[in-house]
Amino acid sequence: MTVMGRYLLRRLLIAIPSLLGISLVLFTVLALAPGDPFQELATNPAVPPEVRAALRAKFGLDDPVWSRYVHWLIAMLQGDWGFSFASRINVDTLILQRLPVTLFIIGSAQLLALLIAIPVGVYAAMRPYSVFDQISSTLAFVGFSLPTFFTGLLLILIFSVQLDWLPFVYRADISETGWRWYWEHFRQSIMPISVLGLALGASMTRYVRSSVLDVIRLDYVTTARAKGLGERIVIVKHVVRNALIPVVTLIALQMPGIFGGAIVTEQIFRIPGIGSLVISAILANDTPVIMACTFVFACLVVLFNLIADVLYGWLDPRITFG
Amino acid sequence: MDGSIPASRSAELAAPARPARHYSPWLDAWRRFRRHRLAVASLVILGLMIAAILLAPFIWGLAINDIDFTARLKGPSWQHPFGTDDLGQDLLARMLYGGRISIAVGLAAMVVAIVVGTIIGAVAGMSRGWVGPALMWLTDLFLSLPTLPLLLLVIYLFRDALKSMFGPEGGVFVLIVVVIGGLRWMPAARLVRAQFLSLREKEFVEAARALGASKLRQVVRHILPNALGPVIVAATIDVAAAIIAESTLSFLGLGFPPDIPTWGRILFDAKDYLDIAPYWALFPGAAIFLTVLSINFIGDGLRDALDPRKVM
Repeated sequence: MTVMGRYLLRRLLIAIPSLLGISLVLFTVLALAPGDPFQELATNPAVPPEVRAALRAKFGLDDPVWSRYVHWLIAMLQGDWGFSFASRINVDTLILQRLPVTLFIIGSAQLLALLIAIPVGVYAAMRPYSVFDQISSTLAFVGFSLPTFFTGLLLILIFSVQLDWLPFVYRADISETGWRWYWEHFRQSIMPISVLGLALGASMTRYVRSSVLDVIRLDYVTTARAKGLGERIVIVKHVVRNALIPVVTLIALQMPGIFGGAIVTEQIFRIPGIGSLVISAILANDTPVIMACTFVFACLVVLFNLIADVLYGWLDPRITFG
Repeated sequence: MDGSIPASRSAELAAPARPARHYSPWLDAWRRFRRHRLAVASLVILGLMIAAILLAPFIWGLAINDIDFTARLKGPSWQHPFGTDDLGQDLLARMLYGGRISIAVGLAAMVVAIVVGTIIGAVAGMSRGWVGPALMWLTDLFLSLPTLPLLLLVIYLFRDALKSMFGPEGGVFVLIVVVIGGLRWMPAARLVRAQFLSLREKEFVEAARALGASKLRQVVRHILPNALGPVIVAATIDVAAAIIAESTLSFLGLGFPPDIPTWGRILFDAKDYLDIAPYWALFPGAAIFLTVLSINFIGDGLRDALDPRKVM
């Protein structure tokens, strides 16, 4: 087995306990929650107590807590997530329908954030405390103090209500075909992606700036300059490459927050992703869907942490794989 | 270190006797804080907002729930400086009331997060056995929990039980504060642990230990006061984060009930009237933004003033 393969395997093994831990937290919340799923049957005089007891036994409600946890976990791992009372289909099918839109929005927002953060952060760090640096860091502060729900409403107010340029409801079923379909899709994605991307980009700019500042003072950068390399090559090939390594980890650490922003964004623009699914499930008291969505969010966070770890190992030769 | 060994006794004597300057670390911190102009401006703005919110009942006479159908969806005027909502209720009165709740939630959740974080961080930082790594594993685990979905799940499951225990307002308040605080202690725990790990090996702690100070006394009297700077900075940022979290929940319609107009809740009600009454959404949104922005700037100023790792 190669060194990289062993590193990958070890990271995977470390991810398992954290997945188990997350599932334990979720199950504890569920188990501590008041309320009995068979309460309705208890008050219904037509259902004899024996039937209720049999039902409870069948669903394992009288088992000890640990055995209920094991059963629940096995069911979750097998993709047996229950039945959505509100949508009348299996929860796993429902989530698989909704997940691609959410991933598309989050992915594009992440890309937009990087496209803003890297140039701005690097340029600000090249001239620390200059006018550009001060303006960009003030704007970054403004950016991450603006809550996503307010930016969303502001954009709708400006671009949909006042200017009437962009639609503010995201439609999954666009009737146009061919390039028109792509165009409509692009138009309706602009605002949600900007809302999420600007919020992410603001904090990422600060990370990039401080990370570049750490690297730019190192001796090897001076050496590169002393060799007579152009400033452009020094920055792009020597500084940015190394400065972006810690940023990878910081992006992964931001992941849990991104899902919060995604829920809000999907709710504002009525995007049919899993974020808006959680909200509608809560309003409809659809417990299996809520549980499954939270579990999926948690799994995605662990998955992105894993990807970041692997990327980190690949980017930074100082990491030992042993 | 030249000058530490005087060349002659007369050289030492010749040194002019400086007037004894009263030195205090807090005064010093305030001096450094004042250099951050935006932070000082933010302190003034936040102070004015808090004063307005606290003094509101004495200044602004209109009630938050006076329904007046003749003044529905009226824009800003002298009578209603922030306009009225779809029931003709005065928005300024509602926002002043809601601000009190938003800031109270922010402060209370910060206290929960900092107390839990400091205790966990202190225990992890002082332990030399398996407890420290175990607590840090727990911290990392909580850091990878998706906060908002979990917040929504807990509120969905426990809402009714707490409502019956503490009443509709108190129940939601307790729930939101405990859950936001309970999901935000991790940064403080990490900070405190890192500080403790280095401070506990310092000479002054060793001296205290040699004099027979108990572990608790070492922590409370000697280590914790020296670890406080970064914790205060983290606490400031936590207030802003808690205010955003509470507003987000209310904005999603899952926070406080409709009769308690927190800023997020007003936005939730306003979002369907964006085309005819944009001011309705703009005022509470701007209030949240301004509060969070000034708290973040104050946190930045405090970082300059209190964080010893940053060399000015």
